[in-house]
Amino acid sequence: MALEQVAEVTATHSEREVQNRLSMVVFSGDMDRLMAAFIIATGAAASGMDVTMFFTFWGLQAIKKQTPTGRSLFGRMLGVFLKDINGVGPSRMNFGGLGRWMFKKMMRAHNVTSLPELRQLAAELGVRMLACQMSMEVMEIRREDLIDEVQDVVGVATFLEEASRSKITLFI
Amino acid sequence: MEMKPDLTLDLKGLLCPMPVVKINQAIKNVPIGGIIEAYATDPGVMADIPAWCRSTGNELVTIEKQDKVIRFVVRRLK
Repeated sequence: MALEQVAEVTATHSEREVQNRLSMVVFSGDMDRLMAAFIIATGAAASGMDVTMFFTFWGLQAIKKQTPTGRSLFGRMLGVFLKDINGVGPSRMNFGGLGRWMFKKMMRAHNVTSLPELRQLAAELGVRMLACQMSMEVMEIRREDLIDEVQDVVGVATFLEEASRSKITLFI
Repeated sequence: MEMKPDLTLDLKGLLCPMPVVKINQAIKNVPIGGIIEAYATDPGVMADIPAWCRSTGNELVTIEKQDKVIRFVVRRLK
């Protein structure tokens, strides 16, 4: 390898050095886990970090509009059960929606910022929201079914590139 | 003797992550070297504001709890 080439490769590598970034896979569509994800994301952004959230599988519900999804029979059946950010329930003690109602009431009583407000705040703070192409295909969710704040629809390589130069990586 | 604050924030009643989000927004509105004074009621602030100052490279001038209200003063360093 010529010396210039070596220098070039080294430069590329040093660009990949860990930066003040946080990369997060949001896999869960549970209200409680999404609360944790958005609180960490907004807190990190407010502490000067560049934040990327990569939404996949059930996590797509957090960035979905309230529109019905699916083309095929199975896709439309799935679409009936998929929620948007206002409809997701806690991972435990949901009791067919009663738990969601109770948690929302309790969070309001304690003046905790709501999940939709946290997502809005994340967008305002410049948190980058990405959606997983593959799970969108499988679940028959189109780009138009996602909120406008979603910046891009990407794959695993994009997430890994982000994660490889992040100080903190999380899977929620 | 403490300097007069450039900005005073009321963060009373706010819970995590809002105190940190609000101080982060507010600090952009004071000049470098400027001072923000804030009042909060979330007990988590006692740990979180010092941590935020370390993460962002700003100076925690003081943080003290009087009854249920926490008063803290931050100086913008960058």
